[in-house]
Amino acid sequence: MLRRTFLGILGSAGTGVVLGRSAHAAGNREFAGHPGSFGVLFDATRCIGCRKCEAACNKVNELPAPSKTFEDLSVLDVKRRTNAGTFTVVNRYDNIPGVAGSVFRKSQCNHCLEPACASACFVHAFTKTAHGAVTWDPSVCVGCRYCMVACPFNVPAFEYSDPLTPRIMKCTMCYPHIASGRLQVPACTAACPNESLTYGNRNDLIMVARERIRAFPNRYISHIYGEHEMGGTSWLYLSGVQFKSIGMRDDLGTVSAPELTSGALAAVPVVAVAWPALLAGIYAISKRKDKVAHEEKLEAMARVRTEAKADLNRALIQAEAEKKTAVERAVRKALEEAAKSQTEEGA
Amino acid sequence: MSTESNSVKRTLLTPFNIMAGIVILTGVVLTILRFTLGLAGVTNLSDDNPWGIWISFDLLCGVALAAGGYTTSAACYIFGLKRYHSAVRPAILTAFLGYALVVLALHYDVGRPWRLPYPIFVQQGTTSVLFEVGLCVFLYLATLFVEWSPACLEWLGYKKARKTVVRMTLALTILGVILSTLHQSSLGALFLIAPSKVHPLWYSVYLPVFFFVSSIAAGLSMVIFEGTLSHRYMHDKMDEKYLSGHEGVTTGFAKAASLVLASYFCLKVLGIAMDNNWHYLTTGYGAWFLVELLVFVALPCLLYAMAVRERNIPLIKWSAALTVVGIIVNRFNVSMVAFNWQLPAVDRYFPSWMEIAVSVFIITVGILLFRFISSRMPIFHEHPDYAMHEPEPAQSPRHGLG
Repeated sequence: MLRRTFLGILGSAGTGVVLGRSAHAAGNREFAGHPGSFGVLFDATRCIGCRKCEAACNKVNELPAPSKTFEDLSVLDVKRRTNAGTFTVVNRYDNIPGVAGSVFRKSQCNHCLEPACASACFVHAFTKTAHGAVTWDPSVCVGCRYCMVACPFNVPAFEYSDPLTPRIMKCTMCYPHIASGRLQVPACTAACPNESLTYGNRNDLIMVARERIRAFPNRYISHIYGEHEMGGTSWLYLSGVQFKSIGMRDDLGTVSAPELTSGALAAVPVVAVAWPALLAGIYAISKRKDKVAHEEKLEAMARVRTEAKADLNRALIQAEAEKKTAVERAVRKALEEAAKSQTEEGA
Repeated sequence: MSTESNSVKRTLLTPFNIMAGIVILTGVVLTILRFTLGLAGVTNLSDDNPWGIWISFDLLCGVALAAGGYTTSAACYIFGLKRYHSAVRPAILTAFLGYALVVLALHYDVGRPWRLPYPIFVQQGTTSVLFEVGLCVFLYLATLFVEWSPACLEWLGYKKARKTVVRMTLALTILGVILSTLHQSSLGALFLIAPSKVHPLWYSVYLPVFFFVSSIAAGLSMVIFEGTLSHRYMHDKMDEKYLSGHEGVTTGFAKAASLVLASYFCLKVLGIAMDNNWHYLTTGYGAWFLVELLVFVALPCLLYAMAVRERNIPLIKWSAALTVVGIIVNRFNVSMVAFNWQLPAVDRYFPSWMEIAVSVFIITVGILLFRFISSRMPIFHEHPDYAMHEPEPAQSPRHGLG
């Protein structure tokens, strides 16, 4: 069973049956994002770490006021991440080899083209909108936090202090505000005083980024982070230093999150349809083996019985014959004796 | 000793009951804290570490260690090893309680527990591995309930209903094996989506296969391990048939477990070879990986084989315990030790005492339920009305309730 099971799983893992919404396993199709969708280009060479974007985000999303004001730049002395009350943070990176001074980097949800969170969510609470933003639906979320396990950028946060109605909290690329007409562009991009954030059509942003790299080859490293990482993200990054040195993983690869689990999901229907036949077959074989063994036992018993009967018959016949000869002998003896006594009397 | 306790009219204040009482009381207090202060009040979970010991132990280990249900029923009813029949009922009961407690534990862990049926009944996230886990666990819990129900129906004396359920045994067993194959493997597949977070030695595209194969070893070992405990504490509830079959079950399962562990060992090595991760073996994580592989997989495999050859029952029991610990080590490694391995030590997770106490509370509830059920219903003995291989007695004695 083990070998069979193992081989079955190995075999089925490779077959690639397309399941449900977007788990495309087989084929070389690639999703390059919704056409005309929006994104933001962040240029680390322009960011001055003023935290104006953080303040604007906090205000428009009505998030709780931080303990230190947004003007207080001492906050940058420690590395921070997004959390339930903060959708975006700027971090400062010092002592980068070959760089005088500090480099700043803003982080928030990258709005993946094929989001890990959306792929992982078992109630389909996340949606990659045609606009480009990845949104979350509070009306179905169970609070299992698998999206947080799945996100390669460690973005979604959870309201751990809320006992009964905790929410998943993350940047929405200001999608609700733009949709309602309240904002034209995401609040952070409007607030940036140094144009390190550019909002626009993602394809245009890639062109802009390439043009900057071409025009200033000494200022930038030749890589647009987010163009292909994890299948591509709506947020794109330019930098003058290695992305690793400003806290960005350079080992994420270009495979999108749904592809990572599509093989395992593809094996599900295969197991579901192949196992009944396999198991019923094993059952039939074991049952047949029992039946054959039982029949053989009966046969053997019957054979023994007939043999015993034949033996008995033979013995009976022999006994009969012996009895007959014994009787004949006795009669003959009696007759002889009678004849003898007659002659003796006659004499 | 026994005459003494009989004369003292069976006091409830045994050391075990006192301990259990303290654990239950603590659990109740922590339950109140969890649902008033939120997860932050009782756990060390954070935005970087969204899953803690309630997932690692209660879900991952709980499900793996409840695998005895499908392995035993498959051995008996599908593979035709009828001499294991006496082991089926305790294994099914353990599995049923195990899964019920997994679901109970999830109520503590998720943010809005009353929405746990949502993925099945409200909106289905079919691209999620967790959806598959949820659906299979839900269906399997229902299957186990039906598989367990004959014991309860015999106890209650509902002969007709029992007969109907017993007729479905084969179909239920096959369904159970399918569902178990799927969700045991999917628990490993949960981590496939996070290659950047799980240490390469534990991350593999074979994770689902590792979890499935090791669950078989876990199931077999749990049946042996639990049989040992039951023997010690539930001996008076066992009938001749269970007791005489016990040694056969132990050696048979030990032989199977040894084979499965050998296969699992090879698979793990294959996983390293496939991704060419050999160089990681010289690191600290590599040392710990080797401990897991050699001490908790290769060693019990070898000990099982030796013990079976020498008919050494105590050694089999020790091997079973070692395998069970090994499964826990493995699930902890994948979901906690190897998870977020690249984060600095200050950002790593370690459970709070309250998280551990809640897990202990849930295990205790399980043990108490097992004791309650197996001391009342025909689990370790056959109900006289339904004794299988014996001619129907002319007048079957009626069994009262309780």
